[in-house]
Amino acid sequence: MTTLEVRNLSINYITDDGVALNAVEGLTFSLEQGRSLGLVGESGCGKTTVMLSLIRLLPEAGRIVNGQVLFEGRDLLQISERDMQAVRWKDVSMVFQGAMNALNPVRTVESQIVEVLQLHSIVNSTKDARIRTGVLLELVGITAKRGKQYPHQFSGGMRQRAVIAMALACNPRILIADEPTTALDVMIQAQIIELLEQLQRELNLSLVLVTHDLGVVAEMCDDVLVMYGGTVAEYANSDTIFNNPQHPYTQRLLKAFPDIAEPGSELASIPGNPPRLDNLPPGCRFEPRCHVGNGEPICLKELPPLVEIEPGHHVACHLVDEKESHEKNTHPSNRRPL
Amino acid sequence: MKKIPILQIEDLYKQFPVTRTFTDRIKRAPKQVVHALDGVSFTVDQGEILALVGESGSGKTTVGMNVLGLQVPTKGRILFDGYDVADWATGRLRSRKNGDELGRLSRRKQILALRRRAQMVFQDPYESLNPRQTTWEIVVEPLEIHHLGLSADEKEARVRAALEDCGLAPADHFWSRYPDELSGGQRQRVVVAGALVLEPELLVADEPVSMLDVSIRADILTLLQSLRKARDITIIYTTHDLATAGYFTDRMAVMYLGRIVELGSTVEVLKEPHHPYTQALVSVAPVPNPRKRRKRMILQGEVPNPIDVPSGCRFHPRCPIATEECKMTDPPYVEISTGHKAACLKI
Ligand SMILES: Nc1ncnc2c1ncn2[C@@H]1O[C@H](COP(=O)(O)OP(=O)(O)OP(=O)(O)O)[C@@H](O)[C@H]1O
Ligand SMILES: Nc1ncnc2c1ncn2[C@@H]1O[C@H](COP(=O)(O)OP(=O)(O)OP(=O)(O)O)[C@@H](O)[C@H]1O
Ligand code: SF4
Ligand code: SF4
Ligand SMILES: [Mg+2]
Ligand SMILES: [Mg+2]
Repeated sequence: MTTLEVRNLSINYITDDGVALNAVEGLTFSLEQGRSLGLVGESGCGKTTVMLSLIRLLPEAGRIVNGQVLFEGRDLLQISERDMQAVRWKDVSMVFQGAMNALNPVRTVESQIVEVLQLHSIVNSTKDARIRTGVLLELVGITAKRGKQYPHQFSGGMRQRAVIAMALACNPRILIADEPTTALDVMIQAQIIELLEQLQRELNLSLVLVTHDLGVVAEMCDDVLVMYGGTVAEYANSDTIFNNPQHPYTQRLLKAFPDIAEPGSELASIPGNPPRLDNLPPGCRFEPRCHVGNGEPICLKELPPLVEIEPGHHVACHLVDEKESHEKNTHPSNRRPL
Repeated sequence: MKKIPILQIEDLYKQFPVTRTFTDRIKRAPKQVVHALDGVSFTVDQGEILALVGESGSGKTTVGMNVLGLQVPTKGRILFDGYDVADWATGRLRSRKNGDELGRLSRRKQILALRRRAQMVFQDPYESLNPRQTTWEIVVEPLEIHHLGLSADEKEARVRAALEDCGLAPADHFWSRYPDELSGGQRQRVVVAGALVLEPELLVADEPVSMLDVSIRADILTLLQSLRKARDITIIYTTHDLATAGYFTDRMAVMYLGRIVELGSTVEVLKEPHHPYTQALVSVAPVPNPRKRRKRMILQGEVPNPIDVPSGCRFHPRCPIATEECKMTDPPYVEISTGHKAACLKI
């Protein structure tokens, strides 16, 4: 069953001078119950912006200018803020980017989770709240009694676990985790990945994992959405993205990422920089860095639409065609080698 | 290729005193020390790229600091080009019998001479650049400090070569820019250029890409690799990311709690890790391909506090195959193949 469906979502940021910056354009994806989606792309491509808009917590300057966010068929962008409060944290919950460093330093971890539970009237009494907090902490692998400690007495990995426990407080169906492993040490990273996998299995959670680490995505996610400059570049199941990528950006991104299973292999960076929002290219946003477009007029003029080139495999590139795309793509007359 | 060691590290120890609280003193709690490095030995050959990998707190940065003479070892020796770094860094090199030139330099000149030959690049490109200095000012500064007696033209040529070797070409295009007018990757290139302008022979790159985005990372790593070709420079690359180390280093030293637990050619260490700790690290490094998912060997807990180093094998509290013997015996190195060794009783 499709739990979440995002259609054609576009988001602007309004600057102090009243200029609208188009941070996200025409984003489309869906998430089945119990599955995991990885959202990847370079810094600034709009990952956090998209996730915040799903739970309607965009910063003040953010405006959703188009699109639908359907949760079990209901458009969350159309309901009242009051109705939204019944959805946020309870149906769709989020671990914010950097949240582990934003815990209140002068309050115990337990009291911070208790507060979340009471705020959302999940429990009837403070005693119940404490009991539930203990259960949540144990769920993420922290002994309940350590809840009495303060955040600074927790290691980085434990703080990340506590933040995950907090996001699970209201039994959500969907958990969005924004860069949950970034800035953690290798082994702690692996522990958090393992925890998220286990929670997903045990609670039948749908998971959206936002990261720039392609390795983490390959390990954890069923589907992958590759974003570039606020648009979807490619969207498919994980195997397709990693083994049969069709969008030039996905292909370059993979070549720029070292693979520990192939030590000594070549790395190729992507020349140039991601576009600035105040200076977006008029056509395809990847055009200035694209090795395939090579100045094609259509690439310079038009934003490529997202096309389903084969079942479940979506690509936004003028030069990738439907169906026989595979043969064409590798034909030397059609492509310059990477 | 003939191998000339440029750096020899012999049984290096570095301890830091633990600051005692008032109550500690009242209670007459014993003085404690952090054993940051606890018997580290390795050599690096001229033109080689060595990876120092390990979890946070394993001692990677401390090795770099001691190699550059920014800290003085508690015990052990570091020889750079045959000279004792601790003496050199403090200007106490003595002239040897056969009239050693360095030994005859003044204190200050000795120290500067070491700085010139060995440089360090730090993790955060945002912190290591002064936001009020232009690219030119940043890169020319080391030349000014060292009074190399260069003419204006020579200085310009050095700065230009450093920037252009770092991929900031044409250099003129960049030198009046301030750090916030550069992208993240360009900033880190400026940091590397600032280290290169003195034409050092050894570069210690301490987590130079961990703050950078994927595509920029590839850029900087490719740059480091090309520097070896262009300048025959020796590089020690410090990281906790085994995948980036696997891509461009020749040899890899895996550190745990102030010791090297495995050392060998990078490809061999990654393909056939022998120490259980290396095996665990390799197994949890995410592979960017769902077809290559592996069984993770997750170690519980975190690196223990280096104040109380565990007895016997320091890895035993977290080791999945530890036995009673491991609690008692500090394992010696076992040679696995030429140049590949690991310290574990079960090999
Ligand atoms: N409050 C804001 N006002 C104006 N622009 C913003 C605001 N927040 C974000 N942006 C811009 O919107 C774009 C998308 O930002 P976002 O934080 O969503 O990126 P991201 O993909 O999450 O990046 P990262 O990987 O660095 O977290 C960026 O160009 C950013 O500068
Ligand atoms: N100046 C100091 N005073 C006291 N302890 C120190 C000092 N410098 C380092 N240490 C301790 O020595 C140990 C090794 O630190 P070091 O910074 O070398 O580790 P690292 O491997 O570089 O870790 P990271 O990956 O976090 O950078 C750590 O336990 C650290 O807390
Ligand atoms: S549309 Fe053109 S510029 Fe954009 S990715 Fe495709 S080929 Fe490249
Ligand atoms: S010596 Fe024992 S504890 Fe140490 S790594 Fe080997 S098996 Fe593990
Ligand atoms: Mg973000
Ligand atoms: Mg360090």
